Amino acid sequence: MMRFGLPIFSGLVLFFLVSPIFVIFPLSLSSSSVLTLPVPGYSLQWYEDFFFSERWLLATRNSFIVGFATMFIAGLLGTMAAFGLHASEFRGKKLVLGAMSLPMVVPLIVTATSMFLAFSIVGIANSLWGLIVAHTIIAAPYVVITVLASLQTFDMNLLRAALSLGAPPVTAFREIVLPMIMPGVIAGAIFAFATSFDELVIAIFITGPGQFTLPRQMFAGLREFMSPTISAAAVIMVVLSFVFLFITEAVRRRGERLKSSPAEH
Amino acid sequence: MNGKSKMSWLLVAPLLILVCVGFIIPIGYTLIKAIKNPEITAALPRTTSALENWEWDGKSPPPEAVYEALIADIEQGDRGRNYGSMTRRLNFEQSGSRSIMMKARRIADKIEAPYAVSLPEAVPEFGDGDIWQLIKQNSNPYTARYLLRAMDLTVTLDGSIERVASDQAIFVDLFKRTFVISIWVTVLCVFLGYPTAFWMSTLSDRAAGYVMLLVLIPFWTSILVRTTAWFILLQREGPINAALLGTGLVDEPLRMIFTRFAVYIAMVHVLLPFFILPIYSVMKRLGMEYVKAAASLGAPPWRQFVTVYLPLSMPGVAAGAVIVFMLSVGFYITPALVGGLQDQMVSYYIAFYANQTINLGMASSLAVLLLLFTAATIAIAKKLLPETGSGIRA
Repeated sequence: MMRFGLPIFSGLVLFFLVSPIFVIFPLSLSSSSVLTLPVPGYSLQWYEDFFFSERWLLATRNSFIVGFATMFIAGLLGTMAAFGLHASEFRGKKLVLGAMSLPMVVPLIVTATSMFLAFSIVGIANSLWGLIVAHTIIAAPYVVITVLASLQTFDMNLLRAALSLGAPPVTAFREIVLPMIMPGVIAGAIFAFATSFDELVIAIFITGPGQFTLPRQMFAGLREFMSPTISAAAVIMVVLSFVFLFITEAVRRRGERLKSSPAEH
Repeated sequence: MNGKSKMSWLLVAPLLILVCVGFIIPIGYTLIKAIKNPEITAALPRTTSALENWEWDGKSPPPEAVYEALIADIEQGDRGRNYGSMTRRLNFEQSGSRSIMMKARRIADKIEAPYAVSLPEAVPEFGDGDIWQLIKQNSNPYTARYLLRAMDLTVTLDGSIERVASDQAIFVDLFKRTFVISIWVTVLCVFLGYPTAFWMSTLSDRAAGYVMLLVLIPFWTSILVRTTAWFILLQREGPINAALLGTGLVDEPLRMIFTRFAVYIAMVHVLLPFFILPIYSVMKRLGMEYVKAAASLGAPPWRQFVTVYLPLSMPGVAAGAVIVFMLSVGFYITPALVGGLQDQMVSYYIAFYANQTINLGMASSLAVLLLLFTAATIAIAKKLLPETGSGIRA
């Protein structure tokens, strides 16, 4: 039983995991406005709808603006923090770590409600800046984790050597540390982008129609009028996820190759 | 402080400050909202202070001075927002109070002193002490009533705590339902994920790499997109019903969307990768050596599994199950889209009170309980598996 039962069971589970994602590809190309299989005929009308609709284009633009801003800010602050945490054993380090990982464990709905209340008071609710701040806070811990992981393999003596030879700290960091931990930084930054790009709960709370992101626009579409354009939007988001996955896998494999090659030391 | 730790602090500071200002302080502010109670005193400052010396005895109304204070509050207060939120606040405690207070405002400038006589003539509810006692009870700046209500409890006029009427008692069921759904989703993830991860761990590295893509693709695909896929698949005219009808398995389309079944299937789909990924890495490290050793000592296959492999892989199972359970307790989007009203979880009601009825006290109270629930899960998990934390480890 083990011999055939297990692969068949696992195959069914994996089929369950991927098939819904691939089913939306043919559906998005359907010529009918009823989303069912088999599709009666193929057409690009829903993609046309997407690319000629002001709402969807604005949402796409907003998503990229917020995603890139989150990626850069969370990437920068997260890398700095990870390096600071790694560089020395200081008092209160545990507390700092705890505070920084809180956004990962607090349920998103609680985070969203709180940010909505606080951001309304200071006037950054209903602005892209508010969303960027919110996404940076929830994405930064992942950057800290990935960069810390890659710092584990970094030999701090290399930095000390550079400093003792008279390199200014910033130069030493840029020339010695950064190249070595780059895979972690890139992986963290991409994860930050993906986190922002997918995030919906906070977006529901703190954006108005002018700041709708792609997920927010999809959510509005699903609840108000079920238009097949949503399937085209979903496919576009899936393709982007594939790109993220591909880049992180490439970076990870490169990192593993670097680790296993005995060039340094 | 030496130079090195100074540098560490400087590097950590920007993110730490951002997290404190943008996250920790807002959360604290929200939690305080759960016990804040400013509405009554803001709208009726004179009435509440005049009521301080009055004791409710179950029947007699307060003295004339209290009536005068109420009329003064109505005439001299701002007649709009404060009064409106006060009436909503009272109505939350005792339905019907809103219209009583609205009537009082409408006739306040048409009646003459003594108001202890004329007000009850116009609005009979002011003739006994009950409405006054309700005002008096809610004139503290802080209240436990939202938190009590989030547990289906209320305070009666004589100050004792009792269960709310059964048609209003929704929150205990809500927490039970959230717990039950999360447990089932976790069990299903373990049941589906454990064998799959095991099978993957027996593959060659090359094959495992490809199979892993089938787990990573859904992992990287946004939760909303995956929920949307199920939203489309489970429709009445959707592909699944079309296939079932086409093969003749059913005569009429099954009702799948907006049911508990849809919630389970979509939540398991979303959360399964979160279980498979950690348990797979544990199994990969574990290898088959111990099982082979048990086999060579003559243990039958079921015994190899139960006494050797299962206990060794248990930490991974527990870690994955805790992650799945914690994430599912806070789920909002998936049940909101594919579930019916009877399938909604705590998050739905937090959003409902925060965005739709704007009852921030209730939204915050539910948030407090959800946070406590999550914290308890983490604490239990830490106790059971000391080496797996969910935070960042440096």
